[in-house]
Formats: sequence, C-alpha cells, structure tokens
Amino acid sequence: MDETPLWASESFWKKTAIWVTAGSFLVLVVLTFDSLSKTSAGSKRVPAYAVINKKIDYQYDKELHKSMPVIGENEFLFGKEYSEEEALQLVDLGKKTTQAKNCMNCHTLLGNGAYYAPDLTKAWLDKGWISKDIREDMMVKFLMDPEKNARTFGSNRKMPNLKITEQEAKGIIAFLKWMSSIDTNGFPYNFKTIEAEE
Amino acid sequence: MNTSGLNGLMQNAAALGEKSRACLNDFKAWVQLDSTNLSDGQQLAVKYFTVAVILFFAQILFGLLAATQFIYPSFLYEILDFNVNRMIHINAMIVWMLYGFIGCVYWFLEDESGTEIVGLKLGNIAFWVLTVAVTVVVLVYLLVQIGPGKDSSLWFINEGREYIEAPRWADIGIVVVMLIFFYNVVATFSKGKWSGIAGVLTLDLVALAGLYVAGMFYMTNITHEQYWWWWVIHLWVEATWEVLVGVIMAWSLMKLLGVRRKIIQTWLYIEVALMFGSGILGLGHHYFWIGTPEYWLTIGGFFSALEPIPLVAMVVHAVYDSGTHAFKNGNHPALAWIIAQAFGNFFGAGVWGFMHTLPQINLYTHGTQWSASHGHLAFFGAYATINIAFFYLAIQHWRGDVWMGGGSQNAWRWKWALGLLNGGVLGMTIALLIAGYEQSFIERAVEGSTWGGYFTAQNHPSFQSAMVWRLFFGGMTFAGFILLVWDLLTIGKGETRKAPEVVET
Repeated sequence: MDETPLWASESFWKKTAIWVTAGSFLVLVVLTFDSLSKTSAGSKRVPAYAVINKKIDYQYDKELHKSMPVIGENEFLFGKEYSEEEALQLVDLGKKTTQAKNCMNCHTLLGNGAYYAPDLTKAWLDKGWISKDIREDMMVKFLMDPEKNARTFGSNRKMPNLKITEQEAKGIIAFLKWMSSIDTNGFPYNFKTIEAEE
Repeated sequence: MNTSGLNGLMQNAAALGEKSRACLNDFKAWVQLDSTNLSDGQQLAVKYFTVAVILFFAQILFGLLAATQFIYPSFLYEILDFNVNRMIHINAMIVWMLYGFIGCVYWFLEDESGTEIVGLKLGNIAFWVLTVAVTVVVLVYLLVQIGPGKDSSLWFINEGREYIEAPRWADIGIVVVMLIFFYNVVATFSKGKWSGIAGVLTLDLVALAGLYVAGMFYMTNITHEQYWWWWVIHLWVEATWEVLVGVIMAWSLMKLLGVRRKIIQTWLYIEVALMFGSGILGLGHHYFWIGTPEYWLTIGGFFSALEPIPLVAMVVHAVYDSGTHAFKNGNHPALAWIIAQAFGNFFGAGVWGFMHTLPQINLYTHGTQWSASHGHLAFFGAYATINIAFFYLAIQHWRGDVWMGGGSQNAWRWKWALGLLNGGVLGMTIALLIAGYEQSFIERAVEGSTWGGYFTAQNHPSFQSAMVWRLFFGGMTFAGFILLVWDLLTIGKGETRKAPEVVET
C-alpha cells in the first residue's frame, strides 16, 4: 500500500491543470467571438455611429428592472445630419482625442479609469449641462477652456487646459453622445437624465 | 559660436562624470557587496532588481503627489496634473513588478536548469534596451504629457489606456524584449533539464507575452476596445501573473525551507488548475457594464466568486510548508515576506476582490474608490511582497550566504520596514474602502451617478477625511520603503555566521 493516492498524484494534477486551462480558454474564445459580433457598431447593443443624429435618452424600464438607452427621433448634433461615414470619422476623432489627452487617468469611461473626475458613460445626458438648448455650446466651450468655464460643483477640482481644438471638442462630444447610446446592462443605476422631468 | 564657452561646458560635463564615478565608487565601498558570489544569470537578475526598486520609489512618489491633489486640487495644477501623476503611479507599479519577476527568473534559471544561461549576452542587451525605453517613456509622460487627437500621439506620447499607457513604439519594444527573455528561458531549459516548474513557467510566459499583443490596437468602438484591454489587464494580473508568482514561490520555498520538489510541484499544478479554472472565465466580471451581452453577469459572477479558492490554497501551502519545517530557515526577512504574500494575496486579491465582484453589488461599486481599495491591497499583497521576499533571498546570496536571523543586531530595520509597509498599505486600503462605501451609497444609489451626485459624494466629510487618512498612510508606506532600501543595502554586512545549509526534507 505504498502507492500515492490519486488526489496526491503529481501527474494527475498536471493533466488536470492542462485540461482545465485549455477548456476554460476554449470557452473564452467561443464567447469572445459571440460577444464581439453582438457588440459591433450597428448592433442592437452598440448602435451605429450615425445614432448621433438622433435624440438619446436613458430611462428606467420597470419590466427589466434597469435603465435602458432610448433612441428617439432626429435631433442633429451641431445642427448637421451626418452620414454613417461622417459620423464614424467624427466619433473616431473624439475617441482618439480622449486617448491622446489621457482622459482616462482622471475620469472613468464605462466605469473604467481613475476616480478623480466624474464618469463619462452618460456624460452627454447629464443634468450638469442645465438645458438641452445650451448643452452643445457649453460642452464645446468647457472642453476648449475648462479653466475659464470651470464646473467644479464646489470641489475646487478643475479640469486642466488640454489644448483641445474646436474640431476635437466636437469629436469628443460626438463620441460621448454615441457612447451614451450603448446598452450597458443598466449601469449606471438610477441615473436621471437631462430629459427627465423633475 | 564661443568656443571657450563650449570648452567650459565640456570641462563641466567631464568633472560631473568624474564626480559621479567617484560617488559610485564610494557607494560600492560602503555597501561591500561581493559580486563574485553571483553567477552570470544572477548578475543580470540584480540589475533588474535595482531598476525595480527605483521604479518602486517612483510608484510611491507619484502616488503621494496624486493623493495630495485629492486634498489640495490646486497642487501642481497644469504642471503635473492628476492624470500624469496617476499614470506614472500605476505604470511604474506594473513595470517594477515585471522587472522583479524577470529578475527572479534570471536568478533561478541556472539553478533550475542545471546549466548556464543560453544567450545571456542578448539578455543583457535586452535589459539595457528595455531600461532606456522605460526612461524615455517616463520622460515623455512628464515633459510632453499629451498630444493632439491623432495616431501619432498614440504612437509616440501615450495611448491613454489605463495601465498600458505606453506608446505603441514602446509596446513593440516590450514585445521584442519579452521574446528575448523567453528565448533565454526556453533555450536554457532545453540545453539543461526540464522540470515541472520549468514547464509551467514556459507556458505561462507564452500566455503572458501573447496577451500583451491583444492590447496593442486602437479601436473606435469603445466596447471592443475595452473588451481586449481587459484581456491584457485581467489575464495578466488575475491569471498569468498569479501563476508566475506560484512558480517563483515554489522555487523559493524549496530553497528557503527545503520543501520536497514532489510536494512543491504537485501544489503548483493544483494552483494552476484552480487559478486558470477560475481566473480565465472570471474575466467576465469586467464585462458587466461595458456593453457586452448579459450572459457575462452570470459567467463573470460565478467564476470570479471562485477566484479566491486558489488563494486560500496558496495560504494553506505556505503555512503548511512553514509549519512542517518548524519555520527553520536562515533568512527570516524573506520568510516573513513570503508569509505576508500568502495572506496579502488572499485578503487583497481574494477577499477584497470578492467583496465587490458580484454584479448585484458591482453595479454600485464599479468605478468608485472601492476599486482603488482593492487595487492597493491586491497589488501589494500579491506582487510587491513576493518581489521583496526575493530581494532578501538575493541579497543574502550576494553577501555570501550569511545568516539573516530575527535576532541579529540590525534586525529592527527589516521588522520595522515590514510593519510600516504592510501597515501603510493596509491603512490606505481601509481609508479608500470607507471612501468607496460612501461613494456607492451617496453618489450611486441615492444620487444616481450624475455629475452632481459624484461631487456631492466627493465633498462629503467622510470622503474628505478618508483622503487625508490615505495620504497619511501613504507617508507611512514611504517611510517603510526608505527603511526597506536601507536594510537591503546593509543587512548581513559584517555578519560572519553562515546561514545553515538547506536540505530537502
């Protein structure tokens, strides 16, 4: 009875480690294909970039017990209707600018990033822009000169001037508007948009 | 052009060079480390360790600057803004830990394979290439900081993606250096002998290097971009890094306590099975809110709830091995840090991770100081500790395998360093946890995550005082670091007793 029992056998655990790792990885690869196809721009969860031509809202769905993006009728950005190609270009400029300006090391995007400044997931819909009539103008001015147009909510934390050009600012706003239309499974919870009645 | 001015400048430069050389020689005379005690691979390893410690210093320094800005927002405003400090804080951390791991592998490669390192010259060149690249990247972070919204900014300044901000050119450099490192490892084991540890290490390095490539692409679609970004971050720190630490720990326990190889390797396989079995699909906990399908709520919740299990196993492993060998060993600080690793990994990564990993709670904690609390304890507990333990193993050998016991004359230094570092990080963790709770309730649940809600929570007295406590404990961590460096440079100096030889039992 000098044999090593199975549970203490080196070769048993070696095989287990290999099979478990390979199996898990295979499942991940399959799920990755599925997730990427379900989240390409133009899918149900992640709208096409031309969604920036539409009114976007985020409303609580009682049946689903979570908030969902609601895409409404036409509501052009900067008074212009963009083709899908033009919208892609503008959102792309905005996305690239958010990376080149290192936004993510103060803000969070989709909840990921740093915690020194507010989340940008639904920034387009935030009540902080006071009213829809002045929102676009206010956002452009804020992004281009955040010091002068500071919005610190009593915190004394000011966004630094990141030398954002007007075109880049418009790109960022298009990117934020598009991002606010993504179905994020109800994150953030209990968010009251600029559209909501008091 | 005024030639006398130029000559003066060159004379000054020469004088400066002379002076720094003299300083270096004085330093070498003071530390009295005898490099003839080291093998060729170990000489390369200590270069990696040296840079790791310097970057560890940078991590703490820039963390302190960022922490100060939470309390005094105008501090260094538009000179070194929060985003720059925070980026260097987390990048320095990732890079120093990688330097530490690479150093550990070079350290034991000859011993484990039973032969000299193949392609060591190339490995040495790779070290200098990587170090110069890291220096340039940090200088650009500090001096250039940001660029226009163009591809060139992502190629040459920074990619603006948390943890892997390094510009694209550096990404490519990192991959090349990793390939050289990988070549050293595989070619050496092939020439010498393979072992269970060698096999796990090799496969893990394939995954580690391969995953980095997943994070090297720009995408407009932020859901896709974050999907791949998490492949790198999560599958590094919650899977491949953990296994790498398992390998380093396995070798260390054999050397330190004389644990039998058969036991060590069986444990290592169990850990790999548990770690990858829970960690690979545990990736799903990052896919709750980024636009990805709902099934991730179930998969991510389930598998990430399993993630603490391997960490419990690692605690059992470390404590069991120490107990059966009655804690008998000739390097007390190293063993103390190994025990700190087992518990720090379990609490930081396991408990703190589990506390906010289920989607039902993560809906409120995601993107708050909760994550920062978890991040501080987990990275320190899982990765800083094992590197520090290994630094002590290395310095002991460098000193000529002298006795490093708890009763030695200057042992208070390592004990206080251990206490201050662990206490400091734990204090920061608790302070951030309180801030995170407050944010989850006030900003998220009550105020509904608006900007107004965010600032209501940030301005709350309990948040504000938590930030003060965090800075205080950051200072304590810094004090611990200074003491640690002093101790590493002086421990065992003048000690004549040899450490008892470790025999496998």
